[in-house]
Amino acid sequence: MIHLDRRLLKNFDWITFLVIILLTLVGIMTIYSATRPAIGMGEQPDFYSKQLIWLGVSIVALFIMTSFDYIWFFRLSYPLYGVGLILLFSVLVMGKTSMGAQRWLNLGFFSFQPSEFFRIFFIIAFSSYLSILGKESEGRIPIKGLLIFGLIPLILLIKQPDLGTAILLLALFSVLAVSKGISRKIIVVATIIGLVAIPFVGHIVWDGMKDYQKNRLIAFVDPEVDPAGIGYHISQSKIAIGSGELLGKGYLNSTQGPLRFLPEKHTDFIFAVFAEEWGLAGCIVLMGTYFILFLRGLDTAAKAKDEVGRLMAIGITAMFFVYFIVNIGMTLGIMPVVGIPLPFVSYGGTSLLSNYMAAGILISIRTRRFELFY
Amino acid sequence: MVSQKKIQLGFFVVASVFIVILLRLWQLQVLEGDKYRQLSENNRLRIMSTPAPRGIIFDRNGVPLVKNVPIYSVYIVYDPATGVDIGALSSMLGEDKQEVESLLNRKDNSPFVPIRLKQGLNFQEVARVEARRSDFPGLFIQTDVGRAYPFGKVGAHVIGYLGKMTPAQASSAEFSSLPPETPIGQWGIEALYDKQLRGVAGGKVIEVDALGREHRLIQEKPAVKGKDVVLSIDIGMQKAVEDAFGDKAGSLVALKVDTGEVLALESLPSFDPNLFTHGISSEDWKQLIEDKHKPMMNRALQSQYPPGSTFKIVMAVAGLEEGVITPDTKVNCTGGISYGKWTFGCWRHGGHGVVDLHKAIRESCDVYFYEVGKRLGIDRIHKYAIGLGLGGPTGLGLQKERTGIIPSTEWKRATRGQDWYLGETFNASIGQGYVAVTPIQLALMTAAVSNGGSVLQPTLIKDPKEIHTRSKMDLNPETLQLLLDGLSAVVNEDGGTARVAASTLVKIGGKSGTAQVVGKKKGLAGEQFMDHAWFVAVAPADKPEIALSVFVEHGGHGGSTAAPLAKKAIEAYFLNKAKNNTATAAAAMPKDNSSGNESGN
Repeated sequence: MIHLDRRLLKNFDWITFLVIILLTLVGIMTIYSATRPAIGMGEQPDFYSKQLIWLGVSIVALFIMTSFDYIWFFRLSYPLYGVGLILLFSVLVMGKTSMGAQRWLNLGFFSFQPSEFFRIFFIIAFSSYLSILGKESEGRIPIKGLLIFGLIPLILLIKQPDLGTAILLLALFSVLAVSKGISRKIIVVATIIGLVAIPFVGHIVWDGMKDYQKNRLIAFVDPEVDPAGIGYHISQSKIAIGSGELLGKGYLNSTQGPLRFLPEKHTDFIFAVFAEEWGLAGCIVLMGTYFILFLRGLDTAAKAKDEVGRLMAIGITAMFFVYFIVNIGMTLGIMPVVGIPLPFVSYGGTSLLSNYMAAGILISIRTRRFELFY
Repeated sequence: MVSQKKIQLGFFVVASVFIVILLRLWQLQVLEGDKYRQLSENNRLRIMSTPAPRGIIFDRNGVPLVKNVPIYSVYIVYDPATGVDIGALSSMLGEDKQEVESLLNRKDNSPFVPIRLKQGLNFQEVARVEARRSDFPGLFIQTDVGRAYPFGKVGAHVIGYLGKMTPAQASSAEFSSLPPETPIGQWGIEALYDKQLRGVAGGKVIEVDALGREHRLIQEKPAVKGKDVVLSIDIGMQKAVEDAFGDKAGSLVALKVDTGEVLALESLPSFDPNLFTHGISSEDWKQLIEDKHKPMMNRALQSQYPPGSTFKIVMAVAGLEEGVITPDTKVNCTGGISYGKWTFGCWRHGGHGVVDLHKAIRESCDVYFYEVGKRLGIDRIHKYAIGLGLGGPTGLGLQKERTGIIPSTEWKRATRGQDWYLGETFNASIGQGYVAVTPIQLALMTAAVSNGGSVLQPTLIKDPKEIHTRSKMDLNPETLQLLLDGLSAVVNEDGGTARVAASTLVKIGGKSGTAQVVGKKKGLAGEQFMDHAWFVAVAPADKPEIALSVFVEHGGHGGSTAAPLAKKAIEAYFLNKAKNNTATAAAAMPKDNSSGNESGN
C-alpha cells in the first residue's frame, strides 16, 4: 500500500509543500516577535521553539500521509469516521473543561482537541460517501446521510461547545454537496437543519439573553475577549495593522503586541502583528502565498484522477479557506470575533499537526493523479 | 460528477475574497495609515469603566434613605516599561510606599486598565494631586459613585452600608464579573438587595496622550442604573425610636400584622454607615468592633433573652385553646406557691387575691400562670410557642439570626440528657428558665396572635406581591377577643402594669416583661446586673394593625422603661400615616387646580 517509487517522487507536489513550510516559518518568526517581552519585563517565552518542534513532527506526519495511497482512506473512511465520532463523544463524557468549553481529551502524556482531527475524518468520510452515491440517488442525499454527516456531528460539536468547528462543518457540508451536484432543494433543507440546530443552541439563546448575561458568558469563556464589552480587541487589531502603513515598522519593531495592547497576539491575532511589522508590502506577499495554496488546491481537485480524490481535495482546500477568511476577516475588523487560528501561521500544536496531515492528503491526491487502480 | 465548471466557480470565489482583503488592507494601511500610526505611537487607548449609579432605597412613604454622591479617587495607567517614581508618588498621596508598590505590581494588572491608588480624597488632596500630575505619567483623578446616608445612625442595621469587596467575595461567582474596585453592599438591605441595586457598569474607550489627558472618546457603552428598592420601614418611626431610646441599648421591631411588613427595626447603639463611604479607616473599624456596647450587632435578630411575662400571651392562648382554663377560671394568688422544697413567688409579694384571666393578664399575676402551666404541661406550651413563631429564625434574611430556645421534654433529654421537672414548667410559664427568644420573634408572635394565628414571613419590602404564611394556628375568635381585651387592660385599666403607654392618639394594648439577669440574685449591684425590660404592643388594641416588641438592655422593669418607648413609636407611626394620607390626597387633586395656583403667583 505504500509506494515510494521514483515516479512518486518525481510527481511530488513541491509547490504546496513549500508554500505551507514558508507560511509556518513566517508564523514562527512572527510568534517570536509577538511574544517578545517589553524591555526589562522577563525573558522570551518559548512559544517559538515549541512551534518549531511541532513543525518537525508535522512534516513527518505530512510525509506519512502522502505515502499512503488515498484510496486507503476511501476504504477505511467509515471506521475512521466512527472513531472520530467516538472521540467527539468521549470528549463530552470525560473531556477536561477549559475556559468553559469541553474540548480537550487528556491521554496522560499529552492532551489534544479531537475536533482538530475530526474535521479531517469528516472530509474523508463525506467525500467517500458522496463519491459512491450513484445515479439512483437522483441528486439527493438520503436521510441516513443527512443524520450521520450533518445532524449528529453538529450536535456533538455544539454540545462542547465548539462553534468554530461547527460552522466549518456546515460550510464543508455545503461546499461538498454543491460540488457533487446535489439538488438545490436538498442543500437548502440541509442548510436549514444546520441553521436551525446552531441557533437553537447558540444564536437564539444568545439573542434571548440580556446584555449582562452575554457579558458574563463572554467573560466566563474568555475573560480577555472583551474587557469592557466594546470591541477592544478589534480597535487594537486595527491600530496594529493600520500603523504598519506601506512598508511596516520592521521586524521586531512592533509595539502593539509586546506592550500587551493586543491580546491573543501569537494565536488568533498573529496577522495583526505581521501586518504591523511588514506593512502592506508584506501583507501582499503573505496573501499571495495563501492565494497560491488555494489555487493549487483547486487545481489538484480539477486534475484528480477520480471522484473521491476530487471531493477530498475540494474539502481540504475549502477547510483551509474557511479558516483563513474567518481569521483574517476578524483581524481586519470586517467579521465578528470568532476565536479561530490562522492556518499554518498561528501558534498551536494540534492545529498545526492536523493541517499538515490534511495537506499531506492533498499532496497525495496530486502526486497520484496519473496512477490507475489495480 | 464534480464538473470543471464548479471548480472554476471556486477560483472566482477565492479571487473575489482576495480582492476584498486587499482593498481593506489598502484602506487601513494606506488611506487611514497615518491615523493608526499616530494612535499606536501615542498609544494610547485607555479603557475606563463607568460605574453604574446605584439604585436608591426609599422608605414606605417615599423618603430617600440613601444618596449617590461623587467621591474622588486617584488612578494611574501604569506602564512597567517606563516606570514611575514610587517614592515620590506615595509621599504625595500620603500612602505607604510598599502598599503603592504592591498595587502597581499586582499580577492581574493590565497595562490599559487604570489602577486605583487611593479613594475618597478631599478637595485639598485633589488640588495637590492635580498640581503635580505632570510628574507622574498616566496619573489622573476620577469621580466614583459613593453612597451617603442622610439619616446616619437611624435604621443603619436595616439600610446597611457599602464596602470594598473582600478577597473571598472578589473570587466568588456572584461578584467575579464586576470591576474589582466596585463597592458592594456589605450589610443590611445594601447587601441583601445588592444585585438589584447594583446596576450594570458601562465602559469607555478613550484616546489619551502621554500625560494621560483625555483627547477623544472613541467608544462608549453607557452604564445602566440599578433598580430602586422601596422598603416597608417608616424612617420617621425609626427616628422617633432612636430619639426615645436616648443612650439606652436595645431594639424595637414593629410589624404590620396582616402583611408581615417590617415598619421599624432599630437596634441601638447603632453605627454611622457614612463612615464606610470612603473605605473605613482601620481605627474607626477597630473602635466599632471593640466597643463594649457592640454597635455592629443587630440586637433585634442577634440577641436572645428570656421573654419574661410577655410569654404569658402564649400561655393564655394555649390555656384557652386547650380548654384547661376558661375566662372565669379563678386562682387565688397569695404571693407565691410551694412545690416540694421550693417556693415560686409572684412578683407582687403580697399576692393578687382571687384572679381571673383578665386580671391575670392586666396585672401579670405569676401564680395564675403557674397554674395554667401546670395544667398544660411543657409540651403543650412548646407546641403553642413554636406555632406562634417563637424558637426559630424568622427568615428575614437581613443578617444571621439567633434561633432562641423553646424547651420541651424532648429538648431537655436531647440537650441535657435529663427528665423534665414540674418546677421548670413553672419557670417556663412566666417566660423564665430555659425559654429564650429574639426581639423579632416576639414581635412576630404578637402579630400572629393579633391576626388570628398566622405566622407571616416578615419582609422589608413595601406591599409585598405575595404574603407568605410560614405556619398557621386556627385560633378561636373568642380567644383573640379575650386576649386583646387583656392586652388593652394592661395599658388602659387601673392596675395595669403599663399604664404609662396609654395614648390619647390611638388605643394601645400590650404586655410588659422582665428578663432576669443572671447574677443579680447574688446581690451584685450596678447597671450591668439590672434586669432587661420587654414590652410587646398592638395598636389599635381593638383591631390591631401593627404589632411590636421593645427590648431595653438592663432597662429594669418592662412596664416602666420599655412601654413608653413603644408608645412613642406607635404614635409616630400613626401621625406619619395620617400626614402621608393627607399628602397623597393632595397629590391626587385635579391638576388644573395646582396650575391655577402657579399662574396666580
